[in-house]
Amino acid sequence: MAADEAPGAERLTATPSANEQPGLSRRRLLGLVGAGAVGAGVGIAADRAVLAAGAAMTSGAASSYPFYGTHQSGIVTAAQDRLHFASFDVGDISRDELIYLLRDWTVAAAQLTRGLDAGDGGAVGGAYDAPPSDTGEAIGLPPAGLTITVGFGPGLFQSADGRDRFGLASRRPEELIDLPHFSGDALVESQTGGDLCIQACSDDPQVAVHAVRNLSRIAFGRASIRWSQLGFGRTSSTTRGQVTSRNLFGFKDGTANVKAEDTALVNDHVWASAAQSQPWMAGGSFLVARKIRMTIETWDRASLREQERVIGRTKGDGAPLTGGDEFAGLDLDRTTGDGIPLIDEAAHVRLAHPDSTGGAVLLRRGYNFVDGNDDLGRLSAGLFFLCYQSDPRTQFVPVQANLAANDAMNEYVRHIGSAIFAVPPGASEGSYLGAPLFA
Amino acid sequence: MTAPTIRFGLSALTAIAVAVALAGCVANSQRADAAALSVESTADDCVLSSTSAPSGTVAFDVTNSTDIATEFYLLADDGLRIVGEVENIAPGAPRTLTLALQPGEYFTVCKPGMIGDGVGRAAFTVTDSGSTVEPTGDEAQRLDAAAANYVAYVKDQVAQLVPATRAFLDAYRAGDDDTARSLYATSRAYYERIEPVAESFGDLDPSIDFREADVAEGDEWTGWHRIEKDLWPPADSGYVALTADERSYFSDLLTTDTQALFDAVYATDYSVTIDAISNGAIGLLDEVASGKITGEEEIWSHTDLWDFQGNLEGARVAYEGVRDIVEPGDPELVGTLDAEFAELEAQLATFGSLESGFTYYDDLTTDQVKGLADGVNALAEPLSRLTAALVD
Repeated sequence: MAADEAPGAERLTATPSANEQPGLSRRRLLGLVGAGAVGAGVGIAADRAVLAAGAAMTSGAASSYPFYGTHQSGIVTAAQDRLHFASFDVGDISRDELIYLLRDWTVAAAQLTRGLDAGDGGAVGGAYDAPPSDTGEAIGLPPAGLTITVGFGPGLFQSADGRDRFGLASRRPEELIDLPHFSGDALVESQTGGDLCIQACSDDPQVAVHAVRNLSRIAFGRASIRWSQLGFGRTSSTTRGQVTSRNLFGFKDGTANVKAEDTALVNDHVWASAAQSQPWMAGGSFLVARKIRMTIETWDRASLREQERVIGRTKGDGAPLTGGDEFAGLDLDRTTGDGIPLIDEAAHVRLAHPDSTGGAVLLRRGYNFVDGNDDLGRLSAGLFFLCYQSDPRTQFVPVQANLAANDAMNEYVRHIGSAIFAVPPGASEGSYLGAPLFA
Repeated sequence: MTAPTIRFGLSALTAIAVAVALAGCVANSQRADAAALSVESTADDCVLSSTSAPSGTVAFDVTNSTDIATEFYLLADDGLRIVGEVENIAPGAPRTLTLALQPGEYFTVCKPGMIGDGVGRAAFTVTDSGSTVEPTGDEAQRLDAAAANYVAYVKDQVAQLVPATRAFLDAYRAGDDDTARSLYATSRAYYERIEPVAESFGDLDPSIDFREADVAEGDEWTGWHRIEKDLWPPADSGYVALTADERSYFSDLLTTDTQALFDAVYATDYSVTIDAISNGAIGLLDEVASGKITGEEEIWSHTDLWDFQGNLEGARVAYEGVRDIVEPGDPELVGTLDAEFAELEAQLATFGSLESGFTYYDDLTTDQVKGLADGVNALAEPLSRLTAALVD
């Protein structure tokens, strides 16, 4: 019996409330974040997730996004509040076993994103003398907007020692580069890289953790977690409807992000096309993850003047230091009477601006993190930066190169983790994630 | 060890008298066709009339020419799992062990005095007679036989644990620390193979195998790990070595507790349920995953991989005991477990063996530990479904 037929297996069906507050529905819209300013809205993107979200129009907790479709969800999907991200090393398995892993993950992810238990029998419906196929901590919880997004790291195509373990070397996208060393990188090996990744986003942290826990359990013997990261307080809005949230510096983050509604930008800068290096990636995207530790104790001792100089925006409402409201454009050339730029030459907002990066645009989807504290009693806090793009070579790399070399913020941040993944297109029902790669 | 597990419960529900169950392995009508071999258990040997037999029904007629009771075992090719055994063979009172044997390699051994690792251990080959050897008896009988064989295995291990512990403690008591250290890990292997059994006897495992961290404030810490710390004292921590009297005290306690374990498994009413066997296999892998793979079990001697090997062997024996019963209903699980056991055994073998010694835990790299942990997960996850496949 399939789990979704099992009595009690379905935790909660999304039931849109008739008297839903319109304001709440805005959370369901999708968004894109870009490092650059965006043009006027060009209408709601015809993304399945947008449509699904529009159809549901529920408050966050009960909504669910379809798992199958042209694109994977969890990219232009309206950024949920919580993240559990996991990077995996693939073990010494065959190509067929790798495919079976992806099939198993696909089936389970489709169940989990619907708010169902993982596996036949679920948390309590299986054999009494066997461990339950689902771990159970999500019993009674709604889908909570869960999305599960799977990516393929460079190691899947070529292992560190140069082996072509799965016969995929010739299918490695050129865009899936080994990221260069950026100035100031202090990468920790144990928090860097990976052959596979799972990004689980949800409005309920327990739902996100439940997803990663069950998917990693399914992978035992085939892939094991290399590193993982919990995140909270989405640091980017990916739709116009979402309020811009704040990072742990206390500043609004992602104001000028690409938004889901900017269909043309999304198509040009987020989704890979068949014309790129590997046609199997059409409809997919490339994900760069960076774990950025913030030395918040030092930051908190900086004057408000210094903080705003570093960012280039006001701390209160996030407006550019050249005036206007949060969404006003930057006037990078404007100076004081003494000829000093109002937005500092080293301000983060200037250096990340498309004018400074050759027009590079990113869909940002990061989260704040606090991993307890370090040995010195400082919070191990920061930003788990996630960005999606069609080609990291012309998007993330020039943006980060510019920031790493010049950003005034570098005094307060340190990049300690890094990874890059090819995120394949969505799976169609009956197929599995990554099927075009193995075709 | 860790906190006592409740997985390995004992039950009187399927109480089996060993000899009865084993005799039940073969129908009486087949007895007439059996290949008959004679076995003579002497003071220092175990002499068979032939070192091979054709597959099918084989009868071992065992005579005892010593002056104490003896036992005869047929062991699987791992030298651990008991395929069949007959015990309590009195001098001058022959007994017969009749088994339906598949082609393969086995070992024979006798055990005068019914303790220790036996005498006259020798290879025994069952050749392919061409006739199919069907499992005999109905499922209930096969379950009973599996339980009986597992009980025999437990007894065999405890019977070897007793003298091994004695030799270790003799050296420790005498202040021969080098010898004691050399015997420590290998002696414990007998215990690690059957750890869930010991844990089923409430108080015994805590007093035999508690780690320092397991002991509550105010309770006395005794057993193997108390002595381990004294043999591998922590540097620069102000550790005070035990006196000769204290050494004797802790040695006596461990001797007494080990004897109590022996008495418990040799009690006439000792039995195990079939699910206790499969859950024992699962529990042993859990032991590896929670204690050995983290280096917490042998925090002073760092001989965790010896314990790992013992746990793994014990899990394998328990699994093999029920494997053929599970296979018809779930061949996929059996195939997976066969492969994963072999893989983990091969992986662990790259770090050594009980005979030649293993790499010490503190010499392992983080990547090596992670690789072993991945291997344990790969086996433990499907193994966790064994009990349901067996009883449902």
